Amino acid sequence: MRIGIPKELHAGEKRVATTPDVAARLIKLGYQVAIEHGAGAAADLGDEVYRAVGVDILPDAASLWQQSDVVLKVRGPAEHTGADEFTLLREGGTLISFLWPAQNPASMEKLAARRATVLAMDSVPRISRAQKADALSSMANIAGYRAVIEAAQHFGRFFTGQVTAAGKVPPAKIFIIGAGVAGLAAIGAANGLGAIVRATDTRPEVGDQIRSLGAEFVPVDYQEEGTGVGGYAKVMSEGYLKAQREMIAKQCKECDVVITTALIPGKPAPTLITAEMVASMQPGSVIVDLAAEQGGNCELTVPGEVVERHGVKIVAYTDLPSRMARQSSQLYATNLLKLIEDMTPGKDGTLVVNMEDEMIRGATVIKEGEITWPPPPPKLSAAQAGAKPAAPPAPPPVKKPLIPKALQPLIVLGGAALALGWLGSVAPPAFMAHFMVFVLACFVGYMVIWNVTPALHTPLMSVTNAISSIIAIGALIQMSAPGFLMTVLAGVALILTAINMFGGFAVTQRMLRMFRRSE
Amino acid sequence: MNEGLVTVSYIAATILFILSLGGLSNPETSRRGNYYGMVGMAIAVIATVLGPKVTSVVPIVIAMLIGGSIGLTAAKRVQMTQMPELVAAMHSLVGLAAVLIGFASYLDPSAHFTGVEKTIHEVEIYIGILIGAVTFSGSVIAFGKLAGKIDGKPLLLPGRHVLNLLGLLTVIWFCNLFLNVESGGAGILFLVVMTVIALAFGVHMVMAIGGADMPVVVSMLNSYSGWAAAATGFMLSNDLLIVTGALVGSSGAILSFIMCRAMNRNFVSVIAGGFGTGGGSSAAALDGQPQGEVQPISAEDTAELMRNASKIIFVPGYGMAVAQAQHTVFEITKALRERGIDVHFAIHPVAGRMPGHMNVLLAEAKVPYDIVAEMDEINDEFAATDLAMVIGANDIVNPAAQDDPNSPIAGMPVLEVWKAKTSIVMKRSMASGYAGVDNPLFYKENNRMLFGDAKKMLDEVLTALRAG
Repeated sequence: MRIGIPKELHAGEKRVATTPDVAARLIKLGYQVAIEHGAGAAADLGDEVYRAVGVDILPDAASLWQQSDVVLKVRGPAEHTGADEFTLLREGGTLISFLWPAQNPASMEKLAARRATVLAMDSVPRISRAQKADALSSMANIAGYRAVIEAAQHFGRFFTGQVTAAGKVPPAKIFIIGAGVAGLAAIGAANGLGAIVRATDTRPEVGDQIRSLGAEFVPVDYQEEGTGVGGYAKVMSEGYLKAQREMIAKQCKECDVVITTALIPGKPAPTLITAEMVASMQPGSVIVDLAAEQGGNCELTVPGEVVERHGVKIVAYTDLPSRMARQSSQLYATNLLKLIEDMTPGKDGTLVVNMEDEMIRGATVIKEGEITWPPPPPKLSAAQAGAKPAAPPAPPPVKKPLIPKALQPLIVLGGAALALGWLGSVAPPAFMAHFMVFVLACFVGYMVIWNVTPALHTPLMSVTNAISSIIAIGALIQMSAPGFLMTVLAGVALILTAINMFGGFAVTQRMLRMFRRSE
Repeated sequence: MNEGLVTVSYIAATILFILSLGGLSNPETSRRGNYYGMVGMAIAVIATVLGPKVTSVVPIVIAMLIGGSIGLTAAKRVQMTQMPELVAAMHSLVGLAAVLIGFASYLDPSAHFTGVEKTIHEVEIYIGILIGAVTFSGSVIAFGKLAGKIDGKPLLLPGRHVLNLLGLLTVIWFCNLFLNVESGGAGILFLVVMTVIALAFGVHMVMAIGGADMPVVVSMLNSYSGWAAAATGFMLSNDLLIVTGALVGSSGAILSFIMCRAMNRNFVSVIAGGFGTGGGSSAAALDGQPQGEVQPISAEDTAELMRNASKIIFVPGYGMAVAQAQHTVFEITKALRERGIDVHFAIHPVAGRMPGHMNVLLAEAKVPYDIVAEMDEINDEFAATDLAMVIGANDIVNPAAQDDPNSPIAGMPVLEVWKAKTSIVMKRSMASGYAGVDNPLFYKENNRMLFGDAKKMLDEVLTALRAG
């Protein structure tokens, strides 16, 4: 089958749906790959680097769409002046791109009318196995990083604190709302630039992730579980929202840069930063609103633009991934590749839409003209899987001990004393002298062995083994006793102990020689 | 050399033996410690030979030459992965020698005891042979299991506790009969029967114990071989043997205790054999079944993760020993350290088949001992670690031991690898560990599985690491 990659027509879109590396691997999977002339130019990928790995270059969009069984795109299809991508798509063809079926019912209808099969990259389910194809996460990661870079660009000070000959510079304080993939990427980038980073999220379990990236977790002081289905956030109650507003207002006053990433799937973005909060911020502060496309988390956001209100710059670009086109093209193309790999079980260049596969089922929004969206809900929340232990079982009935616990050592000691007393009264003095030696030696052994480092437990065993061949002394003496049978028994015993004696010390020496420090 | 000089030599040997064990507290002093042991042994043997009780020197020299050369050859040839087998084999020799010396001592016509002294002497012989025989047969079976000549699975005879109890009662009863025998000739019969029972008991005991409980068994047999020597010392009224036996016996006992604690099991239940036979485990199998899917990873991606990490901890287990992968592990360690990456090893006390097994393997592969840490030293550091690499270990990194009170291994201390940013588990397949418990670690979101033979996969990781 032939895979085609047209040039993105959306204004300002610089990404491209495949890179030469990925194209080469698609060809390995048995596909023919073609791109439209200049498709990668905006991402600094010229036609010739594609041609070098065996990709065909087609002169215009019409011939590319016409000759391709499968079309890979970044943005969903749209009617651009001079090129209606819905009619360009072949009858019964396959399209893989972002689509947002919930927001674009008209597109869905048009694609279904073309009897197309469509996989939406935004509908790849959030299950562990599908992470490799999770383009939303890839893009969010880039957006989070870029948000910090944009903030630094518009912020008039260092992020990191410095003490210079010209005076002390305090570090910038950055507050990040929402610790999803984008928020976490922003925490990492801001931390890397040396800022003091704080972050909040409605889901308390992400606190550890926030801290692991070096930020301070600012929880909302209100009891409510914020994890919705599929690991996304959900809409919260009024009491919670009030507590959250107070916390955000306080942080806005203290921080120099605020980055908001709060999104709820299928809903307009929640307004978290009001006009008063913006007014309360220091002049020169920066807000980066990553939710701008869904209306924004800040009341004063103007999607797609940078505006200045109350002396605060509000950055609301909706194309942050596209601003790093080379990087985002590479990650997006790899996500596509991983999806296609799973859809090409025979590695023979034939795309199979297996609706039994949870990942492919979730991504497929139209199958041969039939709308299959929305998919059945995911089976379990990734974050919760296995984390919740089953209800603790009833404690086993405690057997009442026959003897109270405190008395047990006393009884053992008493028993030992009685036994020793009996032994002392009947045994001859010679035995008792040996017995004393024995008890003392056990005690010395106890003291000495606890000091042995665990690393040397094996040499300890082999050296104690060698030492225990001291019973050779018994055999040595018996060798000189009269009686043939005794001499033979003692002789064999002596051979055995000699094996042990020499072998034990030699192997211990061999082992100990291996233990060495780093140079 | 008169009796007094011999005794003085024995005192010197005793002190040297204690110093020898004391030297093992630190790898720096350990080699000197071993020399002390050798010198002590030489003094004891030479003093005995030159002493008044020994008259024929030539057969002694011949026997020592035969045994010594066998021992030295074995010590030279043995692979470090075979150390548990060698140690088990050497325990069996001590046990057998104790049995032989016991019989010889009973046959000794020069011994004339009467009354209580005679009884005590005979009890000493009886106990010495008993312990020696159990040590011998138990060690032979342990050797077989460790060398893979006998199936490692626990063999659980029906009514095995009753069998053991019957054996014990018979042995005590025979002891009574043996003590009441008037002349020497008939007593030997009771001794032989008791020896056979003791041998069977040793076989039965070790057969019932599974592969991963071997560290306990090996250290227990180590302890027995010490008690056998001590009993021989009582029998021959020789303080040097008593002291040495007690040292070795308590050493083995402490090791057994450390191993049991590391598995959160009590000694009796390990020795009684079998695993997970208690209640609760079946319930855990139903509720505690972790859900989700494992995420495999390739050798190249593993190398990539390693290159990008700043702190890596390796967790080796028995699988590393089986695959003989320790040398590749060292090469990887070297390559990573050259890149300035902080590499450590975390050793669980029961990793492998013998106390300290992993340390010896890593030392053999030239891994410096100062980057090899034991569990308690390093467990807190996983949270600050980028990559935890588990090589052929399973139960010792099972989070169920902490999270699931119904798990058969609940309460066992484990290495908290899941706290690292990413963990990679190298495994041949998804089969569960020795304890038969599924491992929720495999399904964690930050865990990846590197399937395949440890040696082969690590070789590929190393190649990728050097290429990148």
